[in-house]
Amino acid sequence: MKIAVVRFPGSNCDADALAAAAASGADAYYVWHRSTDLAGADVAILPGGFSYGDYLRPGAIARFSPVMRAVAAHAAAGRPVLGICNGFQILCEAQLLPGALVRNGGLSFVCRPVRLRVETDATPFTARYRVGQQLSMPVAHGDGRYVADDATLDRLEREERVVFRYVGGNPNGAMRDIAGITNEGRNVVGLMPHPERASEALLGSSDGAAVFALAAAAAVA
Amino acid sequence: MRFRARVRVMPRPSILDPQGQAVARALGELGFSGVAGVRVGRTVELELEAASAEAARAGALKMCERLLANPVTEDFALDAVEAQP
Repeated sequence: MKIAVVRFPGSNCDADALAAAAASGADAYYVWHRSTDLAGADVAILPGGFSYGDYLRPGAIARFSPVMRAVAAHAAAGRPVLGICNGFQILCEAQLLPGALVRNGGLSFVCRPVRLRVETDATPFTARYRVGQQLSMPVAHGDGRYVADDATLDRLEREERVVFRYVGGNPNGAMRDIAGITNEGRNVVGLMPHPERASEALLGSSDGAAVFALAAAAAVA
Repeated sequence: MRFRARVRVMPRPSILDPQGQAVARALGELGFSGVAGVRVGRTVELELEAASAEAARAGALKMCERLLANPVTEDFALDAVEAQP
């Protein structure tokens, strides 16, 4: 079971994502963004950071990196793709997920633990959680306010494609407190909080570890 | 021929613009009255080689749709396409 962590120029959570994936027992390795394939990966992770310095808009330039064709093909084949923070922004820019992530409502960069509620266990990355379970994970972003038109939001809710919701305070003004969503095929998940920064007790929370563990189980199945 | 195209990218009116609100507040604090609203967008200048102004405009429009504006959150307008000496 192989997990590819894609590195863009400006990725900065790549090592943490790799460590969390490896800790789940996976064969985890990096793939450079100029690569045209994922080296046979079962799961692709787009990590957090500031790809291309967030120039123009976060994720706007990274989405045209050569590796994104391979990521899109991987997604289209129904295989798991996880975008964390900047990775979520890239997936939205690439239209692999609906909506967009824009400047936080309060304008400030927000870096602190938040509480999340798991809204669906029907994705490869949340299968090991219970619906309604509350998790603690850090956020660290300036552009994390999820926005979409009402029709898209209604559809996401109706199809149970909101994966995580902020509870006990919304750090960025995201519409309907959305912290993470999935695509129609339920194999592509994006979230703003950082599960890799909450993947062992030493980090203050291990609530995020199952995001990676279950990616392993799903890929094997 | 060389042309300069100026593209204006603005946040959709339906999307909260906290930058515009912050600027509006700051203007009020500086004593400017009568500021009913502020929105902050971005201007992109493109230097384009093209056979004609029409071709430059058509190229710039494609660039807006593909990269310069996010269709989910932003509107764009091509303000000017001027021949360069």
